[in-house]
Amino acid sequence: MRIRAQENKGRVDVKILIRHDMESGLRKSQNGNLVPAWYIHTLKVEAQGTEVFNAQFGPAVSRDPFVNFRYQGAKGDKLIVTWMDTQNDSRRDEVIVS
Amino acid sequence: MDDQRREVMRFASVFGLMASVGLIAPAKAEAWSRAAFAEKSLDAVFRVLGASGAETSSALTFTAPEIAENGAVVPVVVSSSSSAEQIAILVEKNPNPLAAQFFFTARTESFVAARIKMAETSRVYALVKAEGIWTMAVKEIKVTLGGCGG
Repeated sequence: MRIRAQENKGRVDVKILIRHDMESGLRKSQNGNLVPAWYIHTLKVEAQGTEVFNAQFGPAVSRDPFVNFRYQGAKGDKLIVTWMDTQNDSRRDEVIVS
Repeated sequence: MDDQRREVMRFASVFGLMASVGLIAPAKAEAWSRAAFAEKSLDAVFRVLGASGAETSSALTFTAPEIAENGAVVPVVVSSSSSAEQIAILVEKNPNPLAAQFFFTARTESFVAARIKMAETSRVYALVKAEGIWTMAVKEIKVTLGGCGG
């Protein structure tokens, strides 16, 4: 996961880029079989232990999802970014707001 | 009739008790709403979200390209001058119209940018819920190369 969180005048701009195929379940592989659906369904962000952002995705979110949002925060805030996908795979990353 | 009512009452009290001691968690918006994403028609998604009466609003800004050369990556930006609690993005002609939805807190700005897939040229709806009321903005996006299937 690539996370960039920068504070400017009390507002933190958060950009998240996740590597994930986001298979929709509608794509056919080269041998003509459908590739099973496999995508991130939830992405949440906590700042200093409080949830500030929660996203729910369907299969129509692009491969390698990108999200940008903003919240009222400060330099040094600890962000915890977590995603979960439809195969119960998940990942959790931390970043300090700069 | 009376028996039935008693039965209902009993269940109600048991559930009430379970809820009060925390055995049943109150419905949380954050739980992934599989049902909404599985809906196949625009109307059904609007219904599931409770947004059927949504009207277009000038408080809402929806930015997206008029022509998307690649339907696999269509950048969308939604923002609102009112304090949004939820934003949803719907693509009318996708197999499942609901592409993504976002939940905000009082600390989060009413703004989100993301990238979605579009199967074909379609109207795209940005829905914003603020103070319990849904408003929307609609944009037609032309797709030269579809983003699903293939």
